[in-house]
Amino acid sequence: MSLEACVLVMAGGFVGGIVRFLLSGFVGRRIGETFPWGTLVVNVTGAFVIGAFAGLGQSGGFFSSEMFRDFMVVGLLGGYTTVSSFALQSLNLTLGGQHRQALFNIAASAIFCVIAVGAGFAVVVSLLEHGQ
Amino acid sequence: MSKYLRNAEGPRLYLAVGCGAAIGALLRFLSGFFIASGLGLGALGGTAFVNIVGSFVIMFFATITGPDGRWLVGPAGRQFVMAGFCGGFTTFSAMSLDAFLLLQQGSLFHAALYLAAVIFFSLAAAWVGYVSALQINR
Repeated sequence: MSLEACVLVMAGGFVGGIVRFLLSGFVGRRIGETFPWGTLVVNVTGAFVIGAFAGLGQSGGFFSSEMFRDFMVVGLLGGYTTVSSFALQSLNLTLGGQHRQALFNIAASAIFCVIAVGAGFAVVVSLLEHGQ
Repeated sequence: MSKYLRNAEGPRLYLAVGCGAAIGALLRFLSGFFIASGLGLGALGGTAFVNIVGSFVIMFFATITGPDGRWLVGPAGRQFVMAGFCGGFTTFSAMSLDAFLLLQQGSLFHAALYLAAVIFFSLAAAWVGYVSALQINR
């Protein structure tokens, strides 16, 4: 854990946080704020990209380097995706009596995010295999 | 999106979110080291820890600075803590990757248990944050 790593994580977190704020706000304005689609879109897309990076890092090289991981994975993707907003919005749905939507949000976030990681991973691995 | 970008409050909010997220991400990174090496709980424990703590903080802060809240905090200050710090501190992507790697190792049970446990305790922590802030607001 070096100073350089800390700076990379912070820079990635800065960018990821702003992109999340912009995108979830944009989705919310477009589709409506009654259901937290913005956070769901952010988390599923972030999961797809982290899966893709895991696939790219398998063969070693730049994508498995500490520098790339600190900035892109820990910083940017970690700052981009969020559990806190997901928890807040799920709880607010429950407190507002919308139990079904709350349950859907929780189940959809968990299931789609894991599927998205697998999809990102599989897409990259198959592309790499075809490229050889 | 361009209309939103021209919002006068916009740039200040983005900066507040970005700075909060940078600090949150750094704290997640550092606590990951501490939990993995200090407590020997590994990467899964670190991700669980930040998600549970961050969920408590966001709901506590949202409630205590809300319309009936005791603390008066402006929109930029609220977003600095909520969308910024808590958003940067917690991570859904690392948690999903952890679950996927457990699946890849052939353990559907462990993947489902890990994901369900972290989500359950994050929601429970958010609820505890909500209830304790309500107590203070009274």
